[in-house]
Amino acid sequence: MEKKSRRSFVKALGVSIGAAGVVGGSSILNSCTQVASTNSDTITLLTSSGELMKVDKSQLKPADLPSLSENQKRGREGLPGRKFVMVIDLSKCRNARQCMKACQNHHQLRPEQHHINVLQMQDAENTAPYYMPKPCQHCDNPPCTKVCPVNATFKREDGIVLIDNERCIGCRFCIAACPYSARVFNWFEPRDAEKYEGVTYNIEANVPQKKGTISKCLFSADRLRDGKLPSCVSACPNGVYWFGDQNEDAVTNGTTHETTSFSKLIKDNAAYTLMEELGTKPRVYYLPPKDRAFPFQGEIDQHHS
Amino acid sequence: MDKVKSPEESRKLLDKITFDLTRSIVKRDEFTNFWYFLLIIFALVGLWGWGIQIRDGLGVTGMRDYVSWGMYIANFVFFVAVSLIGFLISSALHLLKIKWSKVISRVAEQVAIAAVALAGIIIVTDMGRPDRFLNVFLHGRFASPIIWDVTVVTTYLTISVLLYYLPLIPDLALLRDKGTDDIPQWKRNIYRILALGWKGHAEQYKLIAHAMRILMILIIPVGLSIHTVTSWLFAATLRSGWDTTIFGPYFVAGAFVAGVAAVIIVMFLYRTRYGLKDYFEDYHFNMMGKLFVLVCLVYLYFNINEFLVPGYKMKTAESIHLSNLFTGKYSTMFWATQFFGLLLPITLMVNKYFRKPVPITIISVFVLIASWFKRYIIVIPTLEHPFLPVQNVPENFQHYAPTSIEIMITVFSFMAALLIITVLAKMFPVITIWEYAEEKGISREIISEPKK
Repeated sequence: MEKKSRRSFVKALGVSIGAAGVVGGSSILNSCTQVASTNSDTITLLTSSGELMKVDKSQLKPADLPSLSENQKRGREGLPGRKFVMVIDLSKCRNARQCMKACQNHHQLRPEQHHINVLQMQDAENTAPYYMPKPCQHCDNPPCTKVCPVNATFKREDGIVLIDNERCIGCRFCIAACPYSARVFNWFEPRDAEKYEGVTYNIEANVPQKKGTISKCLFSADRLRDGKLPSCVSACPNGVYWFGDQNEDAVTNGTTHETTSFSKLIKDNAAYTLMEELGTKPRVYYLPPKDRAFPFQGEIDQHHS
Repeated sequence: MDKVKSPEESRKLLDKITFDLTRSIVKRDEFTNFWYFLLIIFALVGLWGWGIQIRDGLGVTGMRDYVSWGMYIANFVFFVAVSLIGFLISSALHLLKIKWSKVISRVAEQVAIAAVALAGIIIVTDMGRPDRFLNVFLHGRFASPIIWDVTVVTTYLTISVLLYYLPLIPDLALLRDKGTDDIPQWKRNIYRILALGWKGHAEQYKLIAHAMRILMILIIPVGLSIHTVTSWLFAATLRSGWDTTIFGPYFVAGAFVAGVAAVIIVMFLYRTRYGLKDYFEDYHFNMMGKLFVLVCLVYLYFNINEFLVPGYKMKTAESIHLSNLFTGKYSTMFWATQFFGLLLPITLMVNKYFRKPVPITIISVFVLIASWFKRYIIVIPTLEHPFLPVQNVPENFQHYAPTSIEIMITVFSFMAALLIITVLAKMFPVITIWEYAEEKGISREIISEPKK
């Protein structure tokens, strides 16, 4: 899934440039350092980590871009035959926050907007504290999509709960309904609004963000379509995230790229879901924070590794 | 009904009734102008605030990702609550053949129309994208309680307007035919148009009575629905403090308390301002006071259920919410609303003296204010304590405090509601003339005979 050939990288690049326009922000690029130092006829692009880079024009291909309506249609249907699932190994999380950073860059989020948020948890007074990354749980019985009055948030066949911010009226009922506080709202103009002006809306990345509408974790559905792992999963330096397809019963670790059996992983490690008593049936599983690889340290700020 | 009078007596009495009940329409002094000026200025200031909010985004409010509903929603619930009085007084009591409430029906409908219209406007001010309001109709999903709310609120508004308008038609005809010259000509023109050529035939009265009866029955399920569905906006979520099965009746009971208070205040203002002592009598205030105690007792019962039962168990999340209300940040507001909104009216108004017009109006003012704050603490504290910790966000995400823009828009809503009530009172009689005249033994022939 990970080792990309140069050709497929260029292909991904072409798609993203088409999506972003010549100077606009792109959202799909990663590992851009590979091509940053080419000569002559170059063009400046914005990478998914928020940096500018120069790319040789000859490397670019015209993008095969779906129109907005087509994009929204396929975005609502999802990837056929898939059932995406995430496993978060709490014993590995050391609060590096690379997931949060990558996510905010990918989805055009302000510093206070979190599609994924690493929380400091303590279950009872005397139990050990631990770090818990918390993305949208992509529930199979999602309370948020139920309450949406205009079908702007919906459950796809592949298990992802998505948002159509061209449809959203900003009533924020879904925020009230979500017990995981997974949703954020664009209270002001979104971050870098000018950079994204005129960019065709990509429902699977929810970019560009729009003032007065909702956003939340989408499992990087745009990257999944390109056969990549979600931004947070790829960005983690500590092997916290496993991501994959329940139908294939396979999950891949974003750091080690090791692939294993999903059912075995959750069985061997006594995985659980968050607040299962609420009946939301999350698609995000947690492995308990036992034998933690890193000790919990009270001050979060010292932990930006 | 009083015993039948001679035609001469009847005509004289009808003239007096008409004269008294059109005083609100005729009267225009400096205070009227000042009142309009005040309402319009404040309403405009609120609209200006709304303009800023549309330009800059909902971020100009104190709401953020955790407390994502604030004063607007609390205010919305308050207005829906107040509007419910229309259905209680002009329908439920009528169908129970209770006589004293007839005089008050039109006041109740005025309050209901103003409140439910404003509820509809307030909810639009709370939207992140008011420009996409039509999506609610274009893409509405009937699984969402918001769509239920939109449906019943618009239905309720329609029925309330009809319940206001239908009994008004004979009055409009009466004013068209017998209205004195001090009623401005443009108002009489409007009466002529709105009277729809009413002639006062027995057949016409029969049709009105028939239509009214259908509407009165129809509005019962609709009226119960609007506030029940509004409560479900909260009860349909999983959050502690909202996740309760009694929210529907709890809200409906509370709505009657707020509505009775609002109607008493408006009654008192009409009585003093338009000299209607003989119409809104001490007797009516006394009866309203008894109704007030009754609805307060019902609401008290639901409050005990709502707080005692979870307070007894103190489940983790509930206990955070409840201690916040009982002893924490919101304790002053919580106990003040319970005291001024429930205990005080009950204990005072079982006493006859406090059901006199002045004391009961003062009590009503306290109750109405308490009712507003009660909605505030139903909406906000729950959102301040979600299941998962609030972390990695700025300080102002953790607590909610309304901003001046929110206060401006909320004041706008009050002023706009008062403006609607004022305009209705200045345009049309505040008591149904023909019904009142009939009560006094004046025959229909005399009511509908043209002016000599």
